Order: sequence, then C-alpha cells, then structure tokens
Amino acid sequence: MVAGQDNKYYPWLPFLTLLRKEILRFWRVSTQTLLTPIVTASLYLFIFGATLGERLNVLEGFSYAQFVIPGLIIMGVINNTFANTSSSLFMSRYLGGIVDLLVTPVSPPQFILAYTLAAMLRGLLVGTVVWFISTFFATLPWDSPWLAILMAVLASFLFAQFGLIAAIYAHNFDTLSMYSNFLILPLVYLGGVFYPISILPDPWGSFSYLNPLFYLIDGFRHAIIGVGDTTFLLAFGVSGGIAVALFFWAAWLIGKGYRLRA
Amino acid sequence: MSALIIENLYKNFDGVPAVKGVNFTIKEGEIFGLLGPNGAGKSTTINMIAGVVRLGEGAITAFGHDNQKDYRYTRRLLGVVHQEVVIDNFFTVDQALKLHAGYYGVKDDPVWRQLLIDRLGLEPHLNKVMLKLSGGLKRRFMIAKALIHRPRLLILDEPTAGVDVELRHGLWEFVREINRHGTTILLTTHYLEEAEVMCDRIAIMNHGELIALEETQELVRRLSNRQLRVWLDQPIQKIPVEFEQYAHQLKENGKVLLLNLPAGEGAGNVLSQLADAGLTVRDIETEQSGLEEVFLHLTGIKGRQD
Repeated sequence: MVAGQDNKYYPWLPFLTLLRKEILRFWRVSTQTLLTPIVTASLYLFIFGATLGERLNVLEGFSYAQFVIPGLIIMGVINNTFANTSSSLFMSRYLGGIVDLLVTPVSPPQFILAYTLAAMLRGLLVGTVVWFISTFFATLPWDSPWLAILMAVLASFLFAQFGLIAAIYAHNFDTLSMYSNFLILPLVYLGGVFYPISILPDPWGSFSYLNPLFYLIDGFRHAIIGVGDTTFLLAFGVSGGIAVALFFWAAWLIGKGYRLRA
Repeated sequence: MSALIIENLYKNFDGVPAVKGVNFTIKEGEIFGLLGPNGAGKSTTINMIAGVVRLGEGAITAFGHDNQKDYRYTRRLLGVVHQEVVIDNFFTVDQALKLHAGYYGVKDDPVWRQLLIDRLGLEPHLNKVMLKLSGGLKRRFMIAKALIHRPRLLILDEPTAGVDVELRHGLWEFVREINRHGTTILLTTHYLEEAEVMCDRIAIMNHGELIALEETQELVRRLSNRQLRVWLDQPIQKIPVEFEQYAHQLKENGKVLLLNLPAGEGAGNVLSQLADAGLTVRDIETEQSGLEEVFLHLTGIKGRQD
C-alpha cells in the first residue's frame, strides 16, 4: 500500500472522465432521457404529419409535414440539451455530489466543455432519431444539409450553456422546472415551430421577431427547406451571438465558482 | 518537505468571520488532528485546503505548491473524505470507483482498486448504488474513493461520524496502515478519543482561531490536570487552609479528600503538605484527565460530558 507520488498524470483524463460520466449518466436512464422525448416527438409527427397535417397548408410549395418537421427536430434538440446540463448540474448541487468534482483537478473550461458536449450529444441524438422517424411521414428537401447541421449544433450548444446557467441560479426543482415550463416552452411554441411567423397578424408577428428562439427555428428550417421568415445569415448571426453571450456568462459563473464553491 | 503550510488564513461568510488568521504546518508522514467545537472553523479550513470553499485571504501550500496558482497539481496530491455523505445514484460502487481515478488524471489501477475494495470490505456491495448502502458502508466507500488516485495527503473530515464503535476502530486501523505506508493524514473529528489515539499532533480551533497546537501527548500532559484522591485515616470536617490552592472537595463524610493537581505538579509535594498538616494518609489514587478535559478547558465549554 504505497502512496502514489509516481502515478503518471494524463492532463486530459479529468476532462475525458467527466465527459464519459456525463454521457453514461443520460445513457443509463435512456428510457427517460432518450426514449421519452422521441416518443413525444413521434406523437407530434403523427398528429401533424399524418392526421391534421393533411388538412393544413401554411407555406406555399411545401406540405405541412415538411414545414413542421424541422421545427420538431430543433425542439427536440433544444429541450434535451437544456434538460441534460440543467438537471445534471442541479442534481449535483442539490445532492452535494458536486464537491466530489470540486476537489479534483478538473479546470473550469474542462468542466464546461464536458457538460456541454455530453448535453449536445443527447440533444443531437434525439434530433437525429426524430428526423429518422419523420422520414416515414415526409421527405425533406435538404436544401443546405451542412447549414442545417450547423444550426442544430449551434442550438444544442446554446441550450447547453443556458442549462448550466439555470442549474447554477435555481434554488430548487420548482425554479428549475420554471425555466423549461414558463420560458423555453412558450418561446419554442411561439417561435414558429408550428406556423410561419409571417401568417401572424400584427402586433403578434412583430413581437415574434423579439423571440430569440424564432431565429434558431427559422434558421434551421431555412437550411432544410430553403425558405424562411428571415434571412439565414440574420438567423445564424442572432443565434450565434446569443450562444456566445451565454457561453461567457456560464464560463464566468463556473470560473468564479458562483454558488458552487462557498 | 512540509505536506501542508497554512499561512494567515482568513474566511468570511457574508461578513461573518469563520476563520481568523490561522497558521499551521503539517509535516509529511504525520497524522495531524484538527479539533474544535461545532462552528470553530475546522471544516471551512479543510474545505479551503481541498478547494470546496474559495480562499478568503492567506496562502495554502501543499507539497511546495500554491493551492491557488497550481491547483491542478495540488489537488492531484490530495484525497478528500467529505463530512457530508455525497450521494450519486447513477453509478454502482464498482462503476464509481473505476471512474473516480480519472478525475485526477490517473488511469484506473485494478490492483490498487481491488486492494481498497478488500481492505474496506466493499466486495459484497460492488453492484449496489449508494442509496442502498448502510451509513458505515457509505463512509467506507467515500474513503475508497478518496484514496483511489493514491493521494499523498488524505483529508478526513469527521470520517467516523455516525459509525458504530467496531467500524470506527477498523477505520482507525486502516488509516494508520495508510499512514505507515507514507500518506500524510489530516483529520477532523468530534471524537476526542479518536484524536488522542490517532494523531501525532493536534491543533485546536475555537471561534475561527487556532488556540493550541502541540504533539498530542505533550498537549495532554501540559494542559491536563491530575486528580488526587486521598483516603484519610481519620475523617476531617474542614479542609486545611494550605490546600485551598487546589480545587478541592471532601467526600464520604470527610474520609476522602479530592485534590486537583495543576499541570506539571507531582503528588509528592501534596503528600508532604498533608503530613505537615497532621493528616495521616491511608491510601491514594491519581487519575489523569485526557484530551477531553483539555479540550473542554481550552474551548471554555463547561459541563459537557459525552
């Protein structure tokens, strides 16, 4: 039983371990973290793709299913990246497990990166499966697939940061669920997942341009079907700007140890 | 090299001072005890060393490296058993132990891991999540986790709180074994017996300040009183005036005289004073007070008897 002065140190191992742990964490409860959102999205697809969708036409030249599927994919990405970072970090804080991490050499950038990448993986996995299931209901035109992937990655990154911030500020589970139920859910629903903003009468149409999620949803759909309520560049620029701002906010909180270290 | 140097450590919480200018050094290879009543600042001090609490003011040097500037280096050298039981129900004991070394940048060593599992009796519980473990098992699991990366300094914050006597003694033996093989130990405890039998040196904190720091035996010897119980041949009604310097009591209808000898004073002087006063001594008995009395005396907590 010898003290380990001579243990070889691998500088990236703390980060890789945390990333692995975060991935295993959602993988182990995949019924809740992957299957449930996929089933929910499938129900939406069935309702709007196969039943109601047959009778709806909101955008000239596209079926309602083709219109709504990009919105449902990005909604899956958004909800699940947010859920992953927010619940994982909040549970760690709430149950005290965070101290196990705070005493290790995991640096703040490694901390953010590991939580972010694991959450992005979950969100993008859900998004990919939703897209796969959607192929049974409609064929998407895939106007610019790389830009669509870029927007999905950006959406997942943005909401991973937002989840970290929410987990740090939340006092209890109620506050945390308020972020998803009273902020993200209305902004997603009113951000053009189910209808184009352009069909709304004023002032609701104009108000919708103040909804930051409108740009994510519209940009993603624009990349897939080739048309949108705004230009792709504006959608990408606004979303990218918000993502960078949230990243710096999360980095500042975690770097400072705000509400993590007393 | 010193394992740990604490210099002018201060910490306030919302303007309320918790640690007020603490200094001490832990030598490599020793078992160092940090004692004090609740709210004395022990855990705050320990948590600043471990990195759970942000440093207020001062400096902490672990094995020659500053724990703020070189935190990634110093944290690798420390293993921490937290006072609060940390629950993570996503992983079994086995999975958590396999993962944990990685946080310290060290690859999982199956031989070392198995040794910890065997020594801490975790083998039958490897496939259980933490919620299914008893209180004592949770503690043992936390100790295994803290040692999985082979730290040079093991910090134990109340490691035996809430565990039964048998397990407590088992853990003491294990910690001593770890220490014999080169790991320095920093221990906080409420059990003064634990500190007395385990620690080479003891620091006592009270109200955020260090009020004593000495080798355990020296601290007990220097600060503890001895009580002298004298059986007199003939009962007396009143204690002679020359014995008033000792806190005294008469018992058993004047047949037994209890005298508290100040630290460092032998019984011989008292015996000759008794003879000079014309009292015939039938029998005597001395009783050495332990760390408990020293602790109560230093921290000013009266009448506390665990």
